[in-house]
Amino acid sequence: MKEKNPETHGEIIPDSGPQGEDGVLVELRNAGKSYGNIRALHGVDLQVRPSQVTCVLGDNGAGKSTLIKIISGLHQHTEGEFLVDGAPVRFSSPRDALDKGIATVYQDLATVPLMPVWRNFFLGSEMTKGPWPVRRLDIERMKRTADHELREMGIVLNDLEQPIGTLSGGQRQCVAIARAVYFGARVLILDEPTAALGVKQSGVVLKYIAAARDRGLGVIFITHNPHHAYMVGDHFSVLRLGTMELSASRAQVSLEELTNHMAGGAELAALKHELSQVSGVDVKGLPEREDLTAPLAAGGPEGKA
Amino acid sequence: MKTPPASGPRQADGRTGQRSLLVKILARPEVGVFLGAVAVYVFFLIAAPPVRDGSSMANILYQSSTLGIVTIPVALLMIGGEFDLSAGVGVITSALTASMLAYQLTLNVWVGVIAALVVSLAIGFFNGWMVVKTGLPSFLVTLGTFLILQGVNLAVTKLVTGNVATDDISDMDGFDQARKVFASSFDIGGVQVKITVFWWLLFAIIATWVLMRTKYGNWTFAVGGNQDSARAVGVPVAFTKISLFMLVGFGAWFVGMHQLFSFNTVQSGEGVGQELIYISGAVIGGCLLTGGFGTAIGPVFGAFMFGMVQQGIVYAGWNPDWFKAFLGVMLLGAVLINLWVQRTMTRR
Repeated sequence: MKEKNPETHGEIIPDSGPQGEDGVLVELRNAGKSYGNIRALHGVDLQVRPSQVTCVLGDNGAGKSTLIKIISGLHQHTEGEFLVDGAPVRFSSPRDALDKGIATVYQDLATVPLMPVWRNFFLGSEMTKGPWPVRRLDIERMKRTADHELREMGIVLNDLEQPIGTLSGGQRQCVAIARAVYFGARVLILDEPTAALGVKQSGVVLKYIAAARDRGLGVIFITHNPHHAYMVGDHFSVLRLGTMELSASRAQVSLEELTNHMAGGAELAALKHELSQVSGVDVKGLPEREDLTAPLAAGGPEGKA
Repeated sequence: MKTPPASGPRQADGRTGQRSLLVKILARPEVGVFLGAVAVYVFFLIAAPPVRDGSSMANILYQSSTLGIVTIPVALLMIGGEFDLSAGVGVITSALTASMLAYQLTLNVWVGVIAALVVSLAIGFFNGWMVVKTGLPSFLVTLGTFLILQGVNLAVTKLVTGNVATDDISDMDGFDQARKVFASSFDIGGVQVKITVFWWLLFAIIATWVLMRTKYGNWTFAVGGNQDSARAVGVPVAFTKISLFMLVGFGAWFVGMHQLFSFNTVQSGEGVGQELIYISGAVIGGCLLTGGFGTAIGPVFGAFMFGMVQQGIVYAGWNPDWFKAFLGVMLLGAVLINLWVQRTMTRR
């Protein structure tokens, strides 16, 4: 992963990610995914360590969703390596990922709207009691646990029997995150958890991310909001057109740079020059190419220029 | 973790009002059909005096049970988001298999019964497997199976027996025993009640328990309500769907055996059109055609309404041809109620 990489037309800088004491939980090495002849993702390196938040940023279509689908077991990578605890893996279903302690909170929250809140909370991992063939759901315990966990999140519901489809987007988000954390995930993948939320509820979610990190979880936080990312992130990876444009630790990158990269980075600087030709457009505040000092992965658009 | 996040409301903040008790009760999927069944019952009590007789009621229940035993698994399958058009002819396929196998090879009828079960489950497996693996709508897949079975039923029966019906198996080994299980009657207070009524209610109780109180029931709702979400949280979607199709196979087998052991022979061309009755029974019973919502007890009332109407028309001395018209009206009424329920449930 540190050598010259033909797939990305250039050199990948050494991964200077946070070097923790603990081993790497999840690692992608030069991984990629093609759908037929469409390359959604290629040459991606990513490391997730305990007690750290790895932020994956990128614009729409940058490959963020593909990346988490590989890690969460919905899709399989077609190039490179995917390691969990140092051993190569290939998940055939999300169940495999869950069994390895990798839990995902999806953008669409993976809830079933017509089912009650508590059934959604425990869906796929139901508590049961009694011997087979009369093994049955332990409804009391599930309701009590769901209620307790949701209160921890600051969500108090009148009625856990109400269909989850009747909750607000923020409430559903919290149910989904509380669910993932409760089920003892070692690695928590959050797919744009703050995208649909208001300012206050985003704050709640960010606190929960920090709390999960403090518990020793490795968190992969997918977002397109650099402000949210910078608040909790330890390591930042910016995806662009299916490949890594930036991979830097918190010490190596400032919020401003991160924002610039997210906004289009070097491309934006070029756009500035074009805009300066158009009268009436003020370009003074826009970044120059030289402002971008953080280590670049050379696979981005400027590599091809 | 112990400090509550700042912005979460610790108390209900008054914006989430309680839904009224009436709405909650009416939103129960089986309530609408229960009221409907009561209405139909009262209607025929008045219109057809013979219905008040105990043996007529036993007859109505019997009629309902032969529909209801298949309607229950069809309803579970519908809650799981799929449906099965091959259930009606599947009943006959099962009966034909048991009858012809036992008769032609001169085996104990139980061998035929077990073979028929295997065939029925295999048909269910095939339906489910095709739906899960190809992602095709179950309408198309099971329409294909329906046509295949319809043709095979007739062709194979003619090939084997040279006739459209199977030979009488009533004098074969094990027949009496099998008849006790599938087609006997009980005397209750001087009224002969068919055993299928008990089986029907027993299956309904088991299905209700499974649906509401087990993992499998949870998965059934989930795969019907939102298949992708269910898969993402680790629900075995393929297993759930395939097994639901196989349950329909089981129901078809049971009714097939009942027909075989009460009439001794099977007409190979029967069963066509029954699949729609089962599906209607499930929909009238409060199951959403699109999946994710319903009960196992609602379809019991749905089947009862059908049995009631079917026999009630006869007892009232009307032309039985009206049955299908009644059925259509009930179906439309049920669909309208379902639509209203769905909107009420998801309204914020």
